[in-house]
Amino acid sequence: MTDRATLLYLDGVTVSFDGFRALNALSLILEHGEMRAVIGPNGAGKTTMMDVITGKTRPDAGQVVFGADTDLTRLDEPDIAALGIGRKFQKPTVFEPHTVWDNLLLALAGDRRPRFTLWARQSAAERDRIEAILATIRLADHRDRRAGDLSHGQKQWLEIGMLLAQEPQLLLVDEPVAGMTDAETEQTAELLREINRTRSVVVVEHDMAFVRALGVKVTVLHEGSVLSEGSIDHVSADPRVVEVYLGR
Amino acid sequence: MSRASLTLCLTMVLGGAALLALLNLVVPAGSALHVPTYTVSLFGKYLSYAMLAVAVDLVWGFAGILSLGHAAFFALGGYAMGMYLMRQIGTRGVYGNAILPDFMVFLNWKSLPWYWQGFDHPAFAIVMVLVVPGLLALVFGWLAFRSRVTGVYLSIITQALTYALLLAFFRNDMGFGGNNGLTDFKDMFGIPLHADATRDGLLVATAIFLALELLIARYVVTSRFGKVLIAVRDAESRTRFLGYRPEAYKLFVFVLSAVMAGVGGALYVPQVGIINPSEFSPANSIEAVIWVAVGGRGTLVGAVLGAVLVNLGKTFFTGALPELWLFALGAVFIMVTLVLPGGLLGLARRRAPRAVPAAPAPEPAE
Repeated sequence: MTDRATLLYLDGVTVSFDGFRALNALSLILEHGEMRAVIGPNGAGKTTMMDVITGKTRPDAGQVVFGADTDLTRLDEPDIAALGIGRKFQKPTVFEPHTVWDNLLLALAGDRRPRFTLWARQSAAERDRIEAILATIRLADHRDRRAGDLSHGQKQWLEIGMLLAQEPQLLLVDEPVAGMTDAETEQTAELLREINRTRSVVVVEHDMAFVRALGVKVTVLHEGSVLSEGSIDHVSADPRVVEVYLGR
Repeated sequence: MSRASLTLCLTMVLGGAALLALLNLVVPAGSALHVPTYTVSLFGKYLSYAMLAVAVDLVWGFAGILSLGHAAFFALGGYAMGMYLMRQIGTRGVYGNAILPDFMVFLNWKSLPWYWQGFDHPAFAIVMVLVVPGLLALVFGWLAFRSRVTGVYLSIITQALTYALLLAFFRNDMGFGGNNGLTDFKDMFGIPLHADATRDGLLVATAIFLALELLIARYVVTSRFGKVLIAVRDAESRTRFLGYRPEAYKLFVFVLSAVMAGVGGALYVPQVGIINPSEFSPANSIEAVIWVAVGGRGTLVGAVLGAVLVNLGKTFFTGALPELWLFALGAVFIMVTLVLPGGLLGLARRRAPRAVPAAPAPEPAE
């Protein structure tokens, strides 16, 4: 049922919280190397969908398959992270007391067990990786600053950098440009396109201008299931989408 | 905690202990410079409390685990040492029984319970000082952290843990001397416990163990493990999405801390000459948390400072105005919380950049 081109496959996923259906038979297919924008009004189930994919929430029904045949509903967060799915939260969540450098160091792909980290020394390869990421996320000059002292936009980039350091196959990015200036928004779109050259990306976003700037296939969620799917022009023209979302 | 403050602390602990021991041993009793043996043991007690405080700071300051039952590990280490010291009494007890401690003879017990076997060997007793608190912490921590019990709920069950042990050790049937606990010790490692030189040696030994504890704790919190630990403290769910297992990190540091507290307890018992169930009382664990808060949470050095200063205050108050001590302690805690959230070391914090970041800004759970 999943062919080789499919990276992530959600079928009939349903999640209820105290009778409220956050996801209602949601189905979605993401291909290798694809970037997908997911939009929808508040409460449409965007964040719950991320929770299901990353193992934070277990679905009541439905299938979540990663790669060829990995059933994500049976794994927990660290297992799924180790498989190569990274997640950026809506509110930037960086380790505030640590420096920018140390935030990236902790995110770097590698052995996560205490018996390793207790004795680990920074290797030259790790330093090179961090330098490269610092350049990508434009924070090279801020490497020794406390992450808590960064501006909002810089924290968002640092978190994207931490995702890159994890070397995931799939990045889930929740509202990356919320609260950003126009210039920062533009740079973020550029950054995501750059990342998408080597990795698959799912972006949840409210900002329509930003989604248009990304120029990728769009999935519109409404009340926990897919309302419409296609290019931004296609979904913008869909009367149902206009009614529930864009028309307001 | 900067390297300089650690060095200063180690120098003061080791140098201070050596100086006190020397002034007790070498200077004749009539001299103004003579330090009475009572004072030597008093400081020995403070330094064993400091070991408990550093253990508390390691879990509370760096992993965000507010343990309100850490004195239980301290007391268990103390009991393991106390059992050895009891067996050392031999025929010199009131009843002159070579095998059974006095309280067992008094209870008409005929033979030594199985769990007292081996405690006549010092090496076995020392291993038990490490293993008993460590094992309890391992089982307790595994259950608690695996179930993702955090915050105030975890604090409450640590409190329940020490309270349960308090009640258990009060029972005569447990075989640990009940209400009276273990006391009337004579020798340690074949040396008379009440000799001045032994007291001096115990003070210096406590200082050395405290210094070792500080160095180990410092290594742990500045390693990459320690960086993960601080990340877990501030944003636990975020570390999971990075692929870390916070429960493994918490469990390791919790067990390490329990073992450290146990060693502190084992050094405490020969210096105060008694261990009884009151050491398990929840108030003791809470006091240990106050020492850390006063000195400065997440600084290690502050824990030592807080433990020594608060206990100096306690010694003074319980001598001069005993009924006011608890009020004074409460007032200190409230003052620290309101005026000095970083503790005494927090005063110096702004001046020097620290090697270990300690900004316990609670992060709302995702």
